[in-house]
Amino acid sequence: MLTMGIDIGSAASKAVILEDGVRIVAGTVVSAGTGTRGPSQVYAEVLDQAGVKETEISRIVATGYGRMNFQKADRELSEVSCHGRGMHFLLPDVRTVIDIGGQDAKTLLLDERGNLSHFLMNDKCAAGTGRFLEAMARVLDIRIEDMGEIAEQSQNPVSISSTCAVFAESEVISRLAGGEAIPDILAGIHGAVAKKVSGLAIRMGYQPKVAMSGGVARNHGVVKAMERELGCPVQVPDCCQLAGALGAALYAYGDLINKRRERV
Amino acid sequence: MANLQECLDYFKKVSENPKNQLKQYLEAGKQVIGCFPVYTPEVLADAAGIVPMGMWGAQMEVVRSKKYLVPFACPIMQSCMELALTGGYEGVKAVMIPSMCDTLRCVTQDFKLGVEGIACIPYTLTQNRKLPAAMEYLIAEYTYVKERIEELYGVNITEEAIDESIERYNAHNREMRRFASLANQHLDVITPTVRHHVFKSAWFMTKAEHLELMIRLNQELEAREPFAYSGKRVILTGITAEPDGLLQILEDHGLAVVGDDLAQEMRQYRTDIPEGGHGIYRLAAQWRDRIDPMAHDDELRRTDILESLLKENDAKAVIVCLMKFCDPEEYEFVAYNRELREKGYQVLSLDIDQQPAGYDQARTRIETLAELL
Repeated sequence: MLTMGIDIGSAASKAVILEDGVRIVAGTVVSAGTGTRGPSQVYAEVLDQAGVKETEISRIVATGYGRMNFQKADRELSEVSCHGRGMHFLLPDVRTVIDIGGQDAKTLLLDERGNLSHFLMNDKCAAGTGRFLEAMARVLDIRIEDMGEIAEQSQNPVSISSTCAVFAESEVISRLAGGEAIPDILAGIHGAVAKKVSGLAIRMGYQPKVAMSGGVARNHGVVKAMERELGCPVQVPDCCQLAGALGAALYAYGDLINKRRERV
Repeated sequence: MANLQECLDYFKKVSENPKNQLKQYLEAGKQVIGCFPVYTPEVLADAAGIVPMGMWGAQMEVVRSKKYLVPFACPIMQSCMELALTGGYEGVKAVMIPSMCDTLRCVTQDFKLGVEGIACIPYTLTQNRKLPAAMEYLIAEYTYVKERIEELYGVNITEEAIDESIERYNAHNREMRRFASLANQHLDVITPTVRHHVFKSAWFMTKAEHLELMIRLNQELEAREPFAYSGKRVILTGITAEPDGLLQILEDHGLAVVGDDLAQEMRQYRTDIPEGGHGIYRLAAQWRDRIDPMAHDDELRRTDILESLLKENDAKAVIVCLMKFCDPEEYEFVAYNRELREKGYQVLSLDIDQQPAGYDQARTRIETLAELL
């Protein structure tokens, strides 16, 4: 039995096809989010990758910022629930999940069975989100996917003290004008993101073990900065960006099992 | 009003368009006084035949109020100032402003200096409310308010008229409490948005008119077969739960509002004006007795108020409608959030603003809460 989860974010669309609730058959990311070609493209690509037809998918659950607009979905669920479910599947011992997406950051507390017990989200502010990193990458004229690697060369990280994305951009420009090295500035940017988001985790009362999901988790500069702020290791699964879509596919499978039980 | 739906439609119409209400009262030759949040001695105006109208701002962009208020001031005060400065309150002769928080205190002066043609009647609601000196002080403050109304409106507010108005306000309080209880038996029709309109409309009608309609509405609800609601129940706390778009998200996710601790809604109706003494003494005694967390009373713990509401109404979650930049509300949140969570309740905090904005983040939070419940 195949189920699909589709996570339509503000910056990217992700999809996972799951077999019998246990095996990931295919998983795809398209760097285009809600309101773009992203959702339809990721849908086509994940089917293609799995080598299955649309009619073979028994149920689809949509999540993410653009979840309401995906017509093919049988159900929609919040990305908070889906990231929690997906991360529990990938890392069952994890109790705290930090998900940094394109335009929001969330911290989740899971119980030992992977049920969500508490969560917090950032306010209407780009600080500590993927958008913040995008803006900084633009100012520094580097690719966002290279940020982590470049930051590793840092010798003397600078401090980026502004929490507001707009003010931080000015601060970064002034650091550049002051002759600071780009790796040092990047390390400061990662530290600023970690400080902002770790504040949410602290407010929520995070518990070990801690893991990160979402696109920003692929930036190991941010992950390392987060470890420093929280004072504990932060795990990142290989398919961190697919955690929400995976959770949605797991929910879709759960729905089918529940329906089957109801019939019995 | 013939039936339940007509009553509800009328409340919605009033709640959504207070400006039209103001226009109608003025055209009918009535005098109007503005009542800033949260508590004003409305009775004094009502006793003189003046229409007290609530001033809760509006969903709007603010421009001119920025001359007086910083961007991180209370959104209600920002839009109230904007409306006052741009003619939105034309026809209102005076406003009563209690200095309940730092922003309101500033607004008393901003209003005096910046708004032409509308008099400002500032007064202080006491802290340490139970002390005899606090009562004495508040009686002096309310006496000043009464004298200013008499002077500005050319009226004489008699003791007899105050007594009659107090009866009206207490009767209205009872009907509002009765509605809050009846509403929970009819959650199929009294949705979060509908419930809000009933409460909000009370701010823009004379008490006599609203009381009459509330009696009718409650009769209609009593005559109706109770609805067996099996969905999820939440209570609201904060200053206001607006706009409708936000409440609609609750409805979309099957969440019913079964009680509230909102300044704009049930906090107004928990405490009657007590018997005994002269009219102004009784009004001061109502403030002394009010069950309101903003009164900063050590004996009155917000956690206890909310826990009682949760238990009485079989709810499992509190949605905190946290007015942006509201210091008194944020001050309390830290303690009751932790205490209620320790008792096993879900607590969800939502930013409330009056600047037009999308609800995407709020939708995700509310949807997650519904999934959690």
